[in-house]
Amino acid sequence: MQADYCFRILVVDLVAGKCEFLRFGDKRELLGGSGLAAALFGQYGRFDVPALDPAQPLVFAIGPLTGCFPMMSKVVCGFKSPYNERYAESHAGGRLGLSMRFAHIDALVVTGRAPTLSALFVGQRQFELKDVHYLKGMDVFTTGKMLRKMRSGGAGHRSILRIGPAGENLSAIACINVDSYRHFGRLGAGAVMGSKNLKAVLVEGGSAIPAPEGKEYPDLYRQIHMQLTDTGMMKKYHDLGTAENMAVMNGLRALPWRNLQATSDDAGIDAISGETFARELLLRKTACTGCPVGCIHVGLLREQFAKDHDVLYRQVSYDHEPVFAAGAMLGMTNASDVLAVLDEMERQGLDAISGGVALAWATEAMEKGAVGLDETLTLLSFGDAGAYREAVAHLGSPPNEFYRFLAQGTMAAANRYNGQDYACVLGQEMAGYATGEVYFISQALGLRHSHLDSAGYSYDQKNKDKDTSKAVAFMLEDERQRCSLNCMVSCLFARSAYTEEALGKALTAMGYPEVAANLVQAAGNVQKLRWKTKFATGFDPDQVTIPKRFLEVVTWKGPIDVTYVGDLKEAYAREIRKMGQ
Amino acid sequence: MKILRAPRIERCIGCHSCSLACARLVHQRISWSTAGIRIASSGGLSTGFEARLCLACDPAPCAMACPTGSYTQRKSGGVRVDKSLCIRCGACAGACPVEAIYLEPESNLPYVCIHCGRCVPFCPHQCLALEPSPHEADEPGQAVGAGPGQPADGSAGQAAGEAPHAG
Repeated sequence: MQADYCFRILVVDLVAGKCEFLRFGDKRELLGGSGLAAALFGQYGRFDVPALDPAQPLVFAIGPLTGCFPMMSKVVCGFKSPYNERYAESHAGGRLGLSMRFAHIDALVVTGRAPTLSALFVGQRQFELKDVHYLKGMDVFTTGKMLRKMRSGGAGHRSILRIGPAGENLSAIACINVDSYRHFGRLGAGAVMGSKNLKAVLVEGGSAIPAPEGKEYPDLYRQIHMQLTDTGMMKKYHDLGTAENMAVMNGLRALPWRNLQATSDDAGIDAISGETFARELLLRKTACTGCPVGCIHVGLLREQFAKDHDVLYRQVSYDHEPVFAAGAMLGMTNASDVLAVLDEMERQGLDAISGGVALAWATEAMEKGAVGLDETLTLLSFGDAGAYREAVAHLGSPPNEFYRFLAQGTMAAANRYNGQDYACVLGQEMAGYATGEVYFISQALGLRHSHLDSAGYSYDQKNKDKDTSKAVAFMLEDERQRCSLNCMVSCLFARSAYTEEALGKALTAMGYPEVAANLVQAAGNVQKLRWKTKFATGFDPDQVTIPKRFLEVVTWKGPIDVTYVGDLKEAYAREIRKMGQ
Repeated sequence: MKILRAPRIERCIGCHSCSLACARLVHQRISWSTAGIRIASSGGLSTGFEARLCLACDPAPCAMACPTGSYTQRKSGGVRVDKSLCIRCGACAGACPVEAIYLEPESNLPYVCIHCGRCVPFCPHQCLALEPSPHEADEPGQAVGAGPGQPADGSAGQAAGEAPHAG
């Protein structure tokens, strides 16, 4: 089979309601996914124009292995973030990756702004931009139901992206929901969809591609599949799921509680641990397509909605990050209460991490008297799920200035109400790891401001020394290796199975020996390309601040070493600046 | 000969590993739709999954509807397929009472389960199994085989002479 090293790109113009297929780039250089998204943003984006300008593109990109091997199931979304006005990436699973693969779309580039609130339908033999003004203000789940009614065929072989009220209202912490339980969560991709008047995108993937001839491909597939399912490699993700980390982090004194006022709560952890969720609320598990692990844990939320025995039930997915943000961070003492808050986040289309951390800040701001009931409209106090549900609805559709600021991110509100010191923001709202200096810098300065840029949290746990050069070298090399995975686009849970050697074998089996041969070099180039793109949109690491709250943290290693934090920040900033030039 | 069933489909996590295995190993395609078994959710992911696959009818309406002999009756239920005889009319899919036959839109080629069992080892939750055919149980002196739930190896149950490219 002759290898095709070009990407097949679908560019959609929402103004004209037209689309065009183009050939773009070279897999040997960009690899796909992360590299492809950054290159497409360079081609179609405007570095100096605001994130929510209709001219800015919203890019979704898959990689050369998507759908071809287990756990090659994710999609990279590239966009200019309304949260910080910088180039951003967010990743999601669900069915989108395989739907794009089987619609023969390597990347979807959406430009312009639709004349009315619209839904976009793409796939084999279909393209339609449909007016859906009647879905205005509709929550994420109802929107999904409506979309399924509008397109009844193709169930199981399609993906539905949609935004909730938060995205329509241009919240900088609005997510794009993917197939109910997955999300392009962070840095405000939902607002970019909202700015385009795009309520939903349905990708139908009913086609197929020829498998490579010979035994090499099916044999390698079987080997990887069995490695993932027959060994203990994926047990953590499958069994309790990432929520297992709640008790582990709490035991380490590295779990942020009550707006990071504490890093452990031995009396409170049992109520919201992964073990408790699994034992009391786990309803079932589900998976992204092409992934035999099934890490998506869905909990059963049973609610009495009236007197006597009038009850309803909801199905709410949970992971470590959402449980940290809507649980420990909000001082919850009951696992069902955590699901109740998460359910409201889902409906509003808010990023759960950002939303939880923002409300934790608001609670402390209320305790300190920086804001009052006139602002919050409900009495926020740690552990009060009912109040938080109301507040989440206000975040989705802000009724006043306070929620308008908070919906733009915690620091936006902290700047307005003078609460910067205790805003748990590291580039964006922190993830659930208060492990120490390396993690704080890796999130604060990392490309995605995510715990996924590099394993800084793991480095903190494994290294007692405070060797700045060694730590920065680890962050840079780990990020480069993750670029390989993010270009394919693999789930990062599979990183121990997909070493660069294994990726090379997979690429060769798929007929891309030249991509395999150039993988390490190309991943390094993609790493630089992403930083160049981020710097071109104005990123300045010197402007990144580490709020005082992080410097007051005490972990199992003792108090944070403020000098080490400063040294890491300076050294890492120097290195990424070099790459960004 | 046994037939493929999904006796524990309520365990399904929607990973589509079965469909991908069928497409890859039986049809030499990379696909979740051009396969003899396909996974669908009804009403979104929150309602769980169902497997669309041949119920091994005997007599099989699809074989009776096939005008060319491409589909013929399989001994234990279901059909044997000779793709070279297919004229892509789609009559088989129209005759199937449970939408088990997938017509590839581009080619109109039908894809149906041939009960070979090659998908079985790829299911991470043992939702699938090769089981004795109820049609065989009626025949005096006929061996029924192992009980439900017996796992299959990679090629278990494939009918002798069945074209690997069937479908």
